[in-house]
Amino acid sequence: MDVSIRDAAMNAYREALPALTASVAGGLIAGVVFGGMRAELRTVPGLLVLVPALLATRGNVYGSLGARVSTGLHQGLIEPRFHDIDERLVRATGAALFNGLLASAFAALVVFSVLSFVGTTVASFLTLVAIAVIAGIFSGSVLIITVITAIFLGYQRGRNPDDLVGPIVTTTGDIFGILFLLIAVRLVLAVGGIF
Amino acid sequence: MPTAWTVRDITKAMLPVLCILTIVEVGSGFVLGRFEAQLLKYPALLALVPVTIGTAGNLGSILAARLSTALHLGTLVFAVDNEPLLGNILATLALSISIFPIVGVGTWGLTTLFGDPALTAETVILISITSGTCLAVIAVAVALLATYLAYRFELDPDDVVLPVVTNVCDVLGVVVLVGVAQLFI
Repeated sequence: MDVSIRDAAMNAYREALPALTASVAGGLIAGVVFGGMRAELRTVPGLLVLVPALLATRGNVYGSLGARVSTGLHQGLIEPRFHDIDERLVRATGAALFNGLLASAFAALVVFSVLSFVGTTVASFLTLVAIAVIAGIFSGSVLIITVITAIFLGYQRGRNPDDLVGPIVTTTGDIFGILFLLIAVRLVLAVGGIF
Repeated sequence: MPTAWTVRDITKAMLPVLCILTIVEVGSGFVLGRFEAQLLKYPALLALVPVTIGTAGNLGSILAARLSTALHLGTLVFAVDNEPLLGNILATLALSISIFPIVGVGTWGLTTLFGDPALTAETVILISITSGTCLAVIAVAVALLATYLAYRFELDPDDVVLPVVTNVCDVLGVVVLVGVAQLFI
């Protein structure tokens, strides 16, 4: 094989391995929690169908927030400080949370509608949307804090925040996504049962 | 084009794409729903779901991000002897071959630690490695196609390619995992 191609491959491999390893570690932890969630998945029919969309929303929304904040730092649009927080940053995080909740509720609506339409047993729309929104609020809040803190600290230490966003969002997104989903299901079941 | 930092502008730029991606992801949810009985019977298989989805999406998005940077820098050419192209494809395959055995061992080990995995270590590792290898090939194909289309239609690959590739790989991750599981269970 051409030496320069092999060098390019080894270089790409070395650069990607840490991020991929971190996300695998996150995914494994999320997997164990998910594997232990069978009782809840049985109790709330349709929840399993909802899971990929909810997890992806975390990645899409907070990955985009991270990329935006990182670009903003590069452009000098926002200041990396934790006190007296930049107004642009407040609006960007607010928009992320808002869009994340809308997308989660939308996912619940699509899952409920399609499953009802094809005549599969499905929990009530209220149950699914409550779980999606509560899980979205919890995981969104934690992800906002984690992503912003990591980007600011990394930036202050001279790291390129662009390289931090992907691994942080995928790793913490999976763990918190599943963990808060479990908590949200238990909360909704405790409060209302299956409507 | 950069959007202004207001809730309204960010929502206008983000929400339509987000809703389309949500529908795509619900598609993979239906695949899971179709095999719900099997997934609930085997905790180790259920535990493979998030990590397989995540890793497949990551393999695709890392490759797409690198191709997109090379495209911006002008070093990427869609030719069979192009260094960044071949090097990154090889790296993706190598990453998959090294990471999915760990995914299998880790999933079996952790589910055993917290309960009964209901599958042998051999089965879990076989499922993980087989689906991982298929997914690496798929991630390469999806990332290449998306980057090429972005280049042809002069879209900024950073805006469009990354979310599309990540979500398509997520969905195919579920399809491949469930499909491969049928071969070994």
